[in-house]
Amino acid sequence: MLGTLVFATTEGGGLTRNALELLAGGKRLKGKLAEPIGAAILGKELGPHVQQLFAYGADQVYRAEHPLLEQYQGDAYAIALHQVCQRAHPKVVLLPGDSIGRELGPRLAHRLKAAFVADFIDFDLDAASGRLLFTRQAYGGKAMAVVQPHVSPVVATVKVRAWDPATKEEGRTGEEIRVDVALEASLLRTRLLEKIQEEVSGVKLEDAKIVVSGGRGLRGPEGFKVLEELAQVLKGAVGASRAATDAGWVAPSWQVGQTGRSVSPELYLAFGISGATQHVAGISGAKNIVAINTDPEAPIFKVAQLGVVGDWKAVATKLIESCKELTGQ
Amino acid sequence: MSLNIVVCIKQIIDPEIPASQFKIDPATKRQVQGSHSLVISAYDQNAIEVAIQLKEKHSGKVTAISVGPATAVTALKSALSMGADEAILVNDPLFGSQDQQGIAHVLAKAIEKAGGFDLILTGCVSGDWGDRAVPAFMAEELEMGFVSFVSRIEPKDGQVVLRRVVEDGYELIEAKLPVLASIISDETNTPRYPKLKDIMAAGKKTIPLWKAADLGLDPDRVGQGAARVAITDVYIPTKESKCEMIEGDTPEEQAVKLAARLRELKLI
Repeated sequence: MLGTLVFATTEGGGLTRNALELLAGGKRLKGKLAEPIGAAILGKELGPHVQQLFAYGADQVYRAEHPLLEQYQGDAYAIALHQVCQRAHPKVVLLPGDSIGRELGPRLAHRLKAAFVADFIDFDLDAASGRLLFTRQAYGGKAMAVVQPHVSPVVATVKVRAWDPATKEEGRTGEEIRVDVALEASLLRTRLLEKIQEEVSGVKLEDAKIVVSGGRGLRGPEGFKVLEELAQVLKGAVGASRAATDAGWVAPSWQVGQTGRSVSPELYLAFGISGATQHVAGISGAKNIVAINTDPEAPIFKVAQLGVVGDWKAVATKLIESCKELTGQ
Repeated sequence: MSLNIVVCIKQIIDPEIPASQFKIDPATKRQVQGSHSLVISAYDQNAIEVAIQLKEKHSGKVTAISVGPATAVTALKSALSMGADEAILVNDPLFGSQDQQGIAHVLAKAIEKAGGFDLILTGCVSGDWGDRAVPAFMAEELEMGFVSFVSRIEPKDGQVVLRRVVEDGYELIEAKLPVLASIISDETNTPRYPKLKDIMAAGKKTIPLWKAADLGLDPDRVGQGAARVAITDVYIPTKESKCEMIEGDTPEEQAVKLAARLRELKLI
């Protein structure tokens, strides 16, 4: 019997950091459930990933290869992952709380007649019932909720960056199981035509140790040029609030928040961001938040550790200069 | 290409109230409304806007549906005033104990009863629980294609092309109709403000009320005991929120002090 099945995603020839975070969760669950961890991997040619999955903690790897699985497409992946689960019979399936897992997770839960838990950050075993309890944010992070599944299996998405990635153990091996998925183009009601990658200079938002974000207070797209310069000096990434992406100043994919991306940097610099609930929900993992805003009553100061009441542009411009001096650039 | 569109909306307590006014009822484990206003969950408003723009451009019909308490009539009236043609309220005391999968079952049955839709739209996340799961559950219930986090939809050769926002850009996805899409905001779908005359006209429209018995629900999927998950606790996390303010006569002086403080904290 399999305890946890982790849905592992890949990019650029390797496992994603999200996959490594799920494997770390799988290892913790193994400690509680005392049952092996499986990893499901879907794609076209997956050979090199199998050994990696063993090294990061998988006891079994379910490898499903098909030309229609080359890139993520909703229908194809839902069908294939369901077939993998029918083979593996996991008690818990973990998916990343990203644009793939959030779409795929509930669909899989429905097909398995499973309980579904969204974007959890922690779990525990209830000693009395022997059941798992999951903790997650609710009301945009204003509250925490404990969710108890009443049926088995459980399909759950894990909030991105809630956990550290699994550690690697070279030479570790396991069992590889090939799953021949029954999949035909005629079964797909939706089809990926094209993926347009927006150019991102420097580090990815989720991986950045420092994130510099701008909001409505920037009053236009030009402001982001200043923030990009600051991010470059600090070797960080640039994000935006919903107000800035909705105005079309920067691409929607830059959005940090409940709908956008969750970040957990060491340092989050919020320029001209009021701190709406929907934004704050995406930065709850940030270790240090610095708010720069002209309005001393802005809610962002309630969640910040350091605050500057003042004009964002003057502060940012001078900050670029000071940071260059301090970091010897 | 005429499109028959349904938009599912949810009425919630204004999520932008200050944290200090946010209260949980210890008995029900739900937020206390108090004097706070009720609003349409933000992205559901973007979904209404997308639907209305599609209707204006390609002709068709827009129906708004909400599963919720009697107060949700005001949310549906707002949808009508924005340009929806019809609205339906689905309300039954039986739905109080539904989990997200159960609510999706109810919505799916209501959509089947209304019938004949090409496009089913929802917001991509609700402002209260934020599971992002109900749209996907509905698509499964209805055995339909599903695309999440969609900012734009264009009809093309009897199908639609959807722009799906992802972490590093966007995808263009072709879908057969009918299809269900959850809507994310961008600069093309900012919800419109209704005109006064449209608010007046919406006020006069009747909104049919459908009960559980009207929908042909699967008895195993509704009521007490049907939920696959239970919320056992909801609490407000305690966190120290002390903000150290960086003072100074000019923003430049503040910036220099901030940089020095960040250096001191080994953050830069």
